[in-house]
Amino acid sequence: MTAEATAGLENSALAIAAAGPRPWSLPRPDWRPLLLGLGLPVAAALAWEALVRSGLATGRLLPPPSRIAVTLWKLARTGELWPHVGATSGRVGLGFVLGGVAGILSGLAASYSPLFRRLVDPTLQGLRAIPSLAWVPLFLLWLGIFETSKVALIAVGVFFPVYLGVMGAVLGVDRKLVEVGRIHRLSGLDLARRILLPAILPALVVALRTGLGLGWMFVVAAEYMGASEGIGYLLVDGQQLGKPDQIIAAILVFALLGKVADAAIVALATPALRWQDAYQGGR
Amino acid sequence: MSVALEISGLAKTYPNGQRALGGIDLTVPAGEILAIVGGSGCGKSTLLRLIAGLETPSAGLVRVGGDLVGGPHPAVGLVFQEPRLLPWLSVADNVGFGLAALAAGERAARVGTALERVGLTAHANAWPRELSGGQAQRAALARALVTRPQVLLLDEPFSALDALTRTTLQDHLLELWAFERPTLVLVTHDIEEALVLADRVVTLRPRPGRVDDIQAVVLSRPRDRDSHNFEVHKRRLRAALNQSLAPDTLASDSLTAAAL
Ligand SMILES: Nc1ncnc2c1ncn2[C@@H]1O[C@H](COP(=O)(O)OP(=O)(O)OP(=O)(O)O)[C@@H](O)[C@H]1O
Ligand SMILES: [Mg+2]
Repeated sequence: MTAEATAGLENSALAIAAAGPRPWSLPRPDWRPLLLGLGLPVAAALAWEALVRSGLATGRLLPPPSRIAVTLWKLARTGELWPHVGATSGRVGLGFVLGGVAGILSGLAASYSPLFRRLVDPTLQGLRAIPSLAWVPLFLLWLGIFETSKVALIAVGVFFPVYLGVMGAVLGVDRKLVEVGRIHRLSGLDLARRILLPAILPALVVALRTGLGLGWMFVVAAEYMGASEGIGYLLVDGQQLGKPDQIIAAILVFALLGKVADAAIVALATPALRWQDAYQGGR
Repeated sequence: MSVALEISGLAKTYPNGQRALGGIDLTVPAGEILAIVGGSGCGKSTLLRLIAGLETPSAGLVRVGGDLVGGPHPAVGLVFQEPRLLPWLSVADNVGFGLAALAAGERAARVGTALERVGLTAHANAWPRELSGGQAQRAALARALVTRPQVLLLDEPFSALDALTRTTLQDHLLELWAFERPTLVLVTHDIEEALVLADRVVTLRPRPGRVDDIQAVVLSRPRDRDSHNFEVHKRRLRAALNQSLAPDTLASDSLTAAAL
């Protein structure tokens, strides 16, 4: 849609005010890249299925896709799956919100105040160097074996990429755009709201997506360490009872949940990022 | 005529020790168009940033309509060398950026008028990235004009444009100026641009920047770029500019004194 094409609508000043940035038309989804990307895994799955069916492989350690599908279906049908999905999603969601908010706030503080940055940033960078799983025993000791320690672990995982992303983005905001704000006598909160926030939004979305990805990683660690509920528990349970189909089913559920959560962030952010003038990766 | 801008003893030394300006005195009457020319690095942008309140002076002061400038002043607008449109706002919202305090209806009306004046009505809802360089610069001009500044500062606003677009926009700027007759201070490195637009042309001498020469342009508007008189002015201004670029000597120093 070109500006000329909508010119007719825009002649009255009121239309301009009402419309704001142009109403975007939803692009028709193009399924071809998706189909292309599905080719390889589907072909591999079909081949494995055929090998097991024909008796060339037993499929004892790596069950064929059909058996995994049946396991998944049973878990879903009997309702056994949903409490696990709920528990895991709840932990990730809560940890993501806590870690994300803390990350945004300290990222903003670190970029606004040189004192905060000099005082706190070296410590945070040091803490960041600690491998995540090293926290587990300490958190179990401090916070007990129940929800608190799990959510805390996830929040820690989410915190660091968000903190770093926000701080880097604010420090990297184009001074020239900040001057546009200053010449209009914006300062403090107004400057943050009208210049800094929109300017860092793309980087913030990336930081949140990275944080959420780490959140899913850490929830596995947390549930692996002891849980009676959660997709991670299904993993442990499948290992202890020798049920590889249940392990793979749980992995698939993780993949699906992660993908859905990530897509939700992207979907929420896309309308606010329409303005971006970026290289689209040769689309 | 009332004084729009009063600059006295204005000096700026940057934290790195660079003496950008060394004592500028200028008085600009309201409604005047003042051009500032000078070699690269002679402090033209610094002077504009000081007037705009984006930079604090090391010595001296700036008054806008009697008010001491200690930060961006509501009566002063600035058009940067680049358009500096905010990429996340539509063209209309960019133009209306300085009108946040107004009610939506009045803001829309003012923005509509401003867009019409710069010929961008059809692009009101476009994103800045969808504009050509000249259109973006016009939008930046509209953004500065929409707040009705009494003093508008322009830092080489057309220097990145091709010759044809530049001439068009110069004429355009004069038309816009004629609406409300703000005081314009225009930095340029283009002698012709200075002579087409300005009532007076100030030549700065570098290291540190100071006023070397002030010439009145006694040509009636609209000015014919090809007229004999225009040529005479051009020759005179070019001579002053060359003089300002020559290394400091006793002779040129006494000339400076004479010019002041
Ligand atoms: N932020 C800064 N820090 C230190 N020195 C600066 C800074 N900005 C400008 N200068 C120096 O001050 C002097 C004047 O710079 P200024 O940008 O005002 O020049 P100018 O006349 O606008 O030049 P041009 O025509 O090339 O734009 C230059 O020597 C420059 O190196
Ligand atoms: Mg400059």
